[in-house]
Amino acid sequence: MTFSTMLSTMASGMWKTFLIFALTLLGSLPLGMVVALLRRSRFSLVSGFIKVYISIMRGTPLMLQLLVWYFGPFYLFGWNIGNWRFPAIILGFVLNYAAYFAEIYRGGIESIPVGQYEAAEVLGYTKTQTFMKIILPQVVKIIMPSVTNEVITLVKDTSLAFTLAYAEVFSLAKQISASQSSFMPFLIAGIFYFVANYVVEIVMARIEKSMDYYK
Amino acid sequence: MILEMKNIEKRFDGLEVLKDISFGVDHGEVVSIIGPSGSGKSTLLRCATFLETIDGGEIIYMGEKAAHTGADGSAVYAGPQEMKKFRKYCGLVFQQFNLFPHYSILKNITDAPIHVQGVSKAEAEENAMALLRKMGIEDKADAYPYQLSGGQQQRVAIARAMAMKPEILFFDEPTSALDPELTGEVLKVIRQLAEEKMTMVVVTHEMPFAKAVSNRVIFMDDGVIVEQGDPRDVFDDPKEDRTKQFLRVFER
Repeated sequence: MTFSTMLSTMASGMWKTFLIFALTLLGSLPLGMVVALLRRSRFSLVSGFIKVYISIMRGTPLMLQLLVWYFGPFYLFGWNIGNWRFPAIILGFVLNYAAYFAEIYRGGIESIPVGQYEAAEVLGYTKTQTFMKIILPQVVKIIMPSVTNEVITLVKDTSLAFTLAYAEVFSLAKQISASQSSFMPFLIAGIFYFVANYVVEIVMARIEKSMDYYK
Repeated sequence: MILEMKNIEKRFDGLEVLKDISFGVDHGEVVSIIGPSGSGKSTLLRCATFLETIDGGEIIYMGEKAAHTGADGSAVYAGPQEMKKFRKYCGLVFQQFNLFPHYSILKNITDAPIHVQGVSKAEAEENAMALLRKMGIEDKADAYPYQLSGGQQQRVAIARAMAMKPEILFFDEPTSALDPELTGEVLKVIRQLAEEKMTMVVVTHEMPFAKAVSNRVIFMDDGVIVEQGDPRDVFDDPKEDRTKQFLRVFER
């Protein structure tokens, strides 16, 4: 196998890795906010349930969670769902990352001084206006460095999809390396992850900079 | 009367913070509230501006009841729609300014009139610029709060409250967070508003200011109004021992 065939074979894996990455962010970034707000709910039943959910998501390996989502429906309920591999991966990643993002959001929300809420209340803003216009923009600025950390971790965590034999870049690297007795696929995978995270760093630094106009 | 507060009771975890407080504020009147820290002055302002709920008594704005003691002895507030109207009557200037750091000075002042009161952007901006001019900081319209001194920030906070065109403006120790050399510029603005007959209630530790600007002084201690009246009487010839004791500290 020539280097270029190796590369073109792995390109399909890179696309699949990107899909996991993009869909996970698309799902978990907003879901995390919902989870964070429910975590702050007045109803202890709701906040208690969310606490347990976050605790499980953070307290068990993502690899194990992926296996549970993939095999759980069959072993627990005897369901045979067609084409379940990819949805199970996305479900596992989104629910796991939403828990982490929720805690980051919560930290951000709780760091906003109570005076901001009071000023907004006295000026007659509704609760929704206060959150969307006054609180959230400030939260986003505060949490950006932590979010960057999570996004970089996610790029590397996509490799966990190999547990479910999903042909993303890491799975392919392992396969090709074994069949061709070559170290090269691992090197290609390594460079791919590094370049991807380099792009993430640049993009996130830009976003952070765009919010530099105030302190 | 713009505001009447009658027999106000407020408790925090069983601790009585306000005990049977009654006072009124007339149109164009400037009332100063003085007293030691922990005497309930700030809590009283926060009850009047609905940041805290009272446990008993009546809050009446422009002759309409915003809150009263219900049949079961606890306070009953007006419905949400009516409360919006009552909130509109009053403005509050905080000790810590509480400007919105991510908004420019102009947006700090115009955003609520536009998005809460439905004023047009052009009108809100014109009004805001007029207020900034009055505050002597019209050149700061495009700046952000962190670029301003404390005194300038507090003047923006006053402009932001004034932009809502309140009937009555409350100040919660407006100069306490400021360096001594910056208190003057804020007090000057409040004095200017007093000359324009803006109705104001000021919680303050600035005794010379309270004496010079207010029409009436209320001395509070331990959750009650100990003494109130013309500032010259309260400051120069206090009737109550607790007032005398408190004022003596400031003479030193």
